[in-house]
Amino acid sequence: MGEAVRIAIAGEGGQGVQSVAMILTEAAALDGKEFLYIPNFGVEQRGGVSIAFVQIGDEKIGAPKFKTGDIVIALSDRAVRRMGMHVGSETLFIYDASIKDVEDDLPKNAKKIMAIPALETANKELHPRVFNVLIMGAVIGVTKVVSLEKAKEAIEKKLGYKFEQNPELRELNFKALERGYQLVAEMGVA
Amino acid sequence: MDIQPKMPKSWNAATKPHKFCPGCGHGLILKALGQVIDEMGIQDRVVFGCDIGCSLLSWDFFNVDTVQTHHGRTTPVMVGIKKARPDRIVIAYMGDGGGYAIGSQHLVNAATRDDKITVILVNNTVYAMTGGQMAPTTMPGQKTETTPFGRDVEQAGYPMMGPEMVAAITQEGAYVARGSVAKFRKLKEYIRKALENQIAMRGFSFVEALSTCPTNWRTNAEKTWEFVEKIMPEQYPLGELKVPVIKEG
Amino acid sequence: MGIIEGEKKAFMTGNEAVAWAALVAGAEIMYGYPITPQNEIMQYWTRLAPKHGRKFLQTEDELSAGFTTIGGVLTGKRAFTATAGPGNVLMQEPMSMAEAMRIPTVVVVQQRGGPSTATVIYSQQEVTLTCFGGNGEGLRVVYSTSSHQELYDYTIKAFNTAWKYRFPTFVLADGYQAKMRESLVLYDPEERGIEMVPTEPFVGKPGMPGEDRPPAHLRNTYNIEEELEEVLKKDIQEYEQMAPEIIEYDEFNTDGADVLVIAHGVVFRSAAMAVRKLADEGLKVGYFRPITLRPFPQEQLRQAAAKAKQLMVVESAYGQLLKLVKDNLYGMDLPIHTHLRPGVGVTPEEVVADLRTVLEGRED
Repeated sequence: MGEAVRIAIAGEGGQGVQSVAMILTEAAALDGKEFLYIPNFGVEQRGGVSIAFVQIGDEKIGAPKFKTGDIVIALSDRAVRRMGMHVGSETLFIYDASIKDVEDDLPKNAKKIMAIPALETANKELHPRVFNVLIMGAVIGVTKVVSLEKAKEAIEKKLGYKFEQNPELRELNFKALERGYQLVAEMGVA
Repeated sequence: MDIQPKMPKSWNAATKPHKFCPGCGHGLILKALGQVIDEMGIQDRVVFGCDIGCSLLSWDFFNVDTVQTHHGRTTPVMVGIKKARPDRIVIAYMGDGGGYAIGSQHLVNAATRDDKITVILVNNTVYAMTGGQMAPTTMPGQKTETTPFGRDVEQAGYPMMGPEMVAAITQEGAYVARGSVAKFRKLKEYIRKALENQIAMRGFSFVEALSTCPTNWRTNAEKTWEFVEKIMPEQYPLGELKVPVIKEG
Repeated sequence: MGIIEGEKKAFMTGNEAVAWAALVAGAEIMYGYPITPQNEIMQYWTRLAPKHGRKFLQTEDELSAGFTTIGGVLTGKRAFTATAGPGNVLMQEPMSMAEAMRIPTVVVVQQRGGPSTATVIYSQQEVTLTCFGGNGEGLRVVYSTSSHQELYDYTIKAFNTAWKYRFPTFVLADGYQAKMRESLVLYDPEERGIEMVPTEPFVGKPGMPGEDRPPAHLRNTYNIEEELEEVLKKDIQEYEQMAPEIIEYDEFNTDGADVLVIAHGVVFRSAAMAVRKLADEGLKVGYFRPITLRPFPQEQLRQAAAKAKQLMVVESAYGQLLKLVKDNLYGMDLPIHTHLRPGVGVTPEEVVADLRTVLEGRED
């Protein structure tokens, strides 16, 4: 069992956290990789923070859950507070720059903390609905767990039925993916 | 020499005389059922399930495939069999405790789902096997081991009106009746109709049979018969409560 | 034509894997009642089953789910149900009857936190219940799986074990295995040379009962103590006779281990990762994993333990596997360390940390 990349993404219901995990892991499968993805599915899920625990690697994944992630992403103030327990000295902690009043709640022990203007970029340059795909682009940017090509294939596979009715959506999603990837590259992480 | 009435062919002669107490109504109900099985020629298609309580003593009563289950659980076992083998004619045989108390959720849901099974429920107003405690069917004022001063409905609640309830929650194709060992021919007719209804796959079929328990009632023959024939129907009216609407053609 | 052509790698949830396994194993009917985290077994089954002429009944509770499953099995169909937590508590009544009457039911259990409603998420707290629930002697088979591949393999196997030996058979997994997605290879058992054990009706056989054949008179009630004893003696003897044929386990690096880690189910994955990491560092650690919790691989564990200096039991429960281990090692004088996390997942890092403590003799 080799070392897998451990990713935890957390946000509010409706932010598309689980969709990101579904597409990301689909891309990993298309890339011939192994993955293990488990959502938090307790009663917390109802009206609580939605979390996707994803591990991607070259070999079969070992234990299903992990205490501390390599990458932990929080997309709401509650998510920032909730995910502190999954941050360790090797963790890159990413949160959306638009989240207010969480300075005191940011993890103290992370290897690195980054605020990325994902929501703002999605709203200004693209469309609010592709915010989660932009996040996925950022995840791929910092981890390189899958290629952008496979990510696009996966998007096509999962959302293709929507693109048939509205072909513009395809471009919008692909742009969001690339924009997220660039965003972290510009910040010197990728 | 006494002339014994002929034993139904579907009875298992090896286990007769049966094990019910003298004066118990189970023998009569199972005789009615045995005769109906013979008359309908369905002995090789019947699967008979019996509950816990005195009804369990019927586990080897017939020469038909028989399963003795747990207290209250005969209905789901027979539902499971019917779902898997709809060509079998399944009969769930139980007492009032099994059907109306511990297994009432199964009766309610099988009736509501309109499962194509036949339930024959014996109402003798007491938990007989365990020694005469109050049953869901104990009549107001009736003395039992756990209502030694008579059933006080304010404290112990009211008796269960089973067929009335089943009639209210079933579909049009259901058959629901209340018979009595004191009216043997009618009881037999109800059982027959209930089985015909299952064979026609019209709906859920349910017969409650008023029965006797001289052992726990502590009654002699005369008083026993008076209770089942005269007193019980005051609380539990006899007759058909629901007869299926049979569509022409 | 097989349902699955060739070997097919797929990523899916464990619940979906169970539904596929039941389908390819030839299960004809599922009875079930909703409870998290097993719901998706029913949900996938109700989508797959009609395409293949299989059936489903949603019951009013787990008592009914268990007893209707018994009804289905009595007709000679491969019937199964799935449950968890409080549902598994109710399931013990019908499975006690299945045990008494040697009815080959198959139950998939996705353990959740307990006692009571607790969490809908995860635990290994249904080990005692699944192995020994009911008012009897625990004459059942319990497979504890640790991956989707095993969920698939052992669900197929459960039908065969049940029908071959006629003891109720359980596939014991958990909420993580139920809900997570990972890869597995789907296959038709026949294509792998796995023959499905033929089924046989208990009731409703052809012919006139009492004339062409004896009627089935099936019961679980006995009049006298000795009558029951006779039945139980036979059942226990057959159970013990069967045990060596079906016992399964896994072990690694047991020779001269300073610490032998014992874990089952999904926790075994963390334990194995921890042990292999330390073994790679040259430390003398090994593991033993019972796959069948009932019957338990007693001889095999005793042999492995005899070669070890000390043991460490790791589980997401407060001593349920530990109790099985102690029972089966009775008379052996070995220190047993524990890592017990009732209702909580165990990570490899935590096991590594505990193992280092023990190896360095820092533990009290």
